[in-house]
Amino acid sequence: MTSARIILPRILRPFAGGAGVVEASGGTVGEAFRDVAQRYPDLGRQLLAADQVHVFLNVFVDEEDIRYLSGLETPLEESTEITILPAVAGGR
Amino acid sequence: MAGRWSIEPTPLVELGTLNRKGGVRLLAKLEWQLPTGSVKDRPAVAMMADARERGLLTPGVRLLEPSSGNTGIALARLARLAGIHLTVVAPSNISPERKQLLRSFGAELIESPGEEGSNGAIAFAGRMHAEGDWLMLDQYSNPANPLSHELTTGPEILGAVERVDVLVAALGTGGTLMGTGRSLRRAHPDVKVIAVEPPAGEAISGLRSLEDGYVPPIFDPNQIDGKILVRTAQAVAMTRRLLDEEGLFAGLSSGAVVHAALKWVERLDTGVVVAILPDGGWKYLSFDVWGGTIDDAAERVGGSTYF
Repeated sequence: MTSARIILPRILRPFAGGAGVVEASGGTVGEAFRDVAQRYPDLGRQLLAADQVHVFLNVFVDEEDIRYLSGLETPLEESTEITILPAVAGGR
Repeated sequence: MAGRWSIEPTPLVELGTLNRKGGVRLLAKLEWQLPTGSVKDRPAVAMMADARERGLLTPGVRLLEPSSGNTGIALARLARLAGIHLTVVAPSNISPERKQLLRSFGAELIESPGEEGSNGAIAFAGRMHAEGDWLMLDQYSNPANPLSHELTTGPEILGAVERVDVLVAALGTGGTLMGTGRSLRRAHPDVKVIAVEPPAGEAISGLRSLEDGYVPPIFDPNQIDGKILVRTAQAVAMTRRLLDEEGLFAGLSSGAVVHAALKWVERLDTGVVVAILPDGGWKYLSFDVWGGTIDDAAERVGGSTYF
């Protein structure tokens, strides 16, 4: 079982008792999210709705958006960092 | 007059010092060569020309646009030429140079809460638009924005290089990625279109819930092939290398784009990677991106909106 670090944006930290980083185990992003959801059910509900990543969240594994990898099936290497960011406007 | 409403091609230059990998070319399109120093002259000209053709630029019309700088500055130049009043809503924490440029070009500046980033500026302008008599061209939803890149940026690249394997551009409104991507795909169906995302979502402390999120209406995530997160410190480091090694005085988003483009250079055995560099370094002088340690410079940039 692989362990990963999930880096939470400020907006999600209240759902993890204020923590900016949570540890999770799982062979894929989806497994890691479901592992976290067991310990932090409120955070789990923010991350996943109907087993899909929330539409206004961007999830990066090693700085690549998982939407263009294998989504929740994206495999995790040992000590992978999963960075979660809310979708906000850029543009000048 | 007509010349000031047209777009002249920008240079596409080889980054042959930063990129030492044989067999793969890395080319940078220098968008700071446009009239107001950023890529945003393209959508600004297209959106204004479109509004004019549709008869919307009537005497006395007041333009309103949410922009963290470049689009506002580009629109302000054209609005002044057309004798039209422009109000720009920008987050309060944009760099002082941007505020000064907006005012110098003749725009009225209204500041939205900095901690809400561009989201806050869009919402603020949206409320003003709903309550008052404004014409909002709206770079985030105006099809003329991506179309300007489909008709100029893409063809310029195709005219300068025989093959393109990867296009890398910053994701702001999505206009550059959507429009240039469409143009390049017609000539090279297998081209990969890669977006560069800044860690802005983390910097915006004013976001109250995920439901406050925003995806620009003109951006279709299915039209790109990958998205790379580039952190501010990485953008600072590459912005410095562009100056030190290539003699290019680039802005921070340009540094971010080249950081991501070099990742793609590493993945290819042969091919051509084209990076769109949105603006030059002038509007970043107050952050002192080039002074002190990289981490200190990234700290100075902080939560400021730079994409």
